[in-house]
Amino acid sequence: MARQKKPALILSFAKTTDAMAVEKFCMTNNLPGRLIPVPREITAGCGLSWRAAPQDEELLTAELSKAGLAWSGLYHLEL
Amino acid sequence: MIYLDNAATTLKKPQTVIDAVITAMNTAGNASRGAHGSSLTASRMVYDARVKIAEFFGCKRPDHVVFTANSTEALNIAINGVLSKGDHVITTDLEHNSVLRPLYRLEDEGVIKLSVVKADKLGRVNYEDFATLLQPNTKAIVCTHASNLTGNLLDLNQIRHEGILLIVDASQTAGSVPIDMEALGIDILCFTGHKGLMGPQGTGGMCIREGVEIRPFKVGGSGIWSYERHQPEEMPTRLEAGTLNSHGIAGLSAAVDYLNLVGLETIANKECSLARMFYEGVKTIEGVTVYGDFSDWNRTAIVTLNLHDWDSAITADELAETYGIATRAGAHCAPRMHQALGTVEQGAVRFSFSWFNTEEEVQTAIEAVKELAE
Repeated sequence: MARQKKPALILSFAKTTDAMAVEKFCMTNNLPGRLIPVPREITAGCGLSWRAAPQDEELLTAELSKAGLAWSGLYHLEL
Repeated sequence: MIYLDNAATTLKKPQTVIDAVITAMNTAGNASRGAHGSSLTASRMVYDARVKIAEFFGCKRPDHVVFTANSTEALNIAINGVLSKGDHVITTDLEHNSVLRPLYRLEDEGVIKLSVVKADKLGRVNYEDFATLLQPNTKAIVCTHASNLTGNLLDLNQIRHEGILLIVDASQTAGSVPIDMEALGIDILCFTGHKGLMGPQGTGGMCIREGVEIRPFKVGGSGIWSYERHQPEEMPTRLEAGTLNSHGIAGLSAAVDYLNLVGLETIANKECSLARMFYEGVKTIEGVTVYGDFSDWNRTAIVTLNLHDWDSAITADELAETYGIATRAGAHCAPRMHQALGTVEQGAVRFSFSWFNTEEEVQTAIEAVKELAE
């Protein structure tokens, strides 16, 4: 059976410590998403990316920016 | 056995450190090498350790905490990574070979010019010498935070100089003396995990002030930017080629938790009071010569001595065989300090105390020295 693709918001990172900092912040503050391997559509330094639902973009980017946390790219993909 | 060789490595570790290593060995994959549960377990643990260590040493950025195998590796990365042809460097007689040999090598290769601040017979420096030795091309001052032979601290506030990198070897003070690298003006702090911090051997690292650029000493696997020809520029990966010692770092992280729980001041006070008790007990024994400056007890918990004109190796062996007391004889990888103290031929016997030593053990050591000296 073919796997059903779903829309996803992906944040990429330049390095692992940035990804870990985002994960820690999101888990602590109950923000949506989880770490996944970087999809092949994206060129990123770090092999980890943050996957959330597309509708979480505004909330996530606002909260991460407020906390001074870095990501290198933001993508909307069908994964 | 009474273990009084804690300046070499602390033998007794908190049980939580041992438990953390075992847990990590059962659960941690390769940090920064994947997104499955085991790899993420390692990545999270390593990141948490960076955050804790940054806070512990007053380093503003967790991503400027770099893990190494020990102080020697950290110092090699720092010294080889910041110095270039034509640079002048100032160091001191107090240094361990982990500072001296990387500097000597660069000097011998014609890369740097080296000036050394001399120590007197008590192992003290004249702080004005640092300013006197400055040259227009002085790039860095590389110095220990405390002598591994006498336990005397260097006052970094009197050493640092605007525009000159301050690279500090905290092997003897990390975990035993509070360090705030911002307050002390330290640009690169190099530490080991297995001494005062009471973590596992094979752990250590460096805390780097933001804006200090260090060329990688080793390059290779990074887990990021895999298709790039060169080592990634991003910190800390830039200086951490190869798989990290996640198991050891888990132990180090637990060790920092332990130090924070007990309180560094409490630990420092106890260690110093044990050293003081020992010093007071042996200093007047006939035939005992104690080395270093004991006018100030803001120091590390080291008391180094000799009995009569005896070879320090024989004294240490007698202490071990007859009394079951472990000390360290010989040169302690501190050749210039032994020259300053006049102990090159005899060596010296170093007694070094830790949080886990007791007053009873110290009393036994005093009695042993007394009996031997008679």
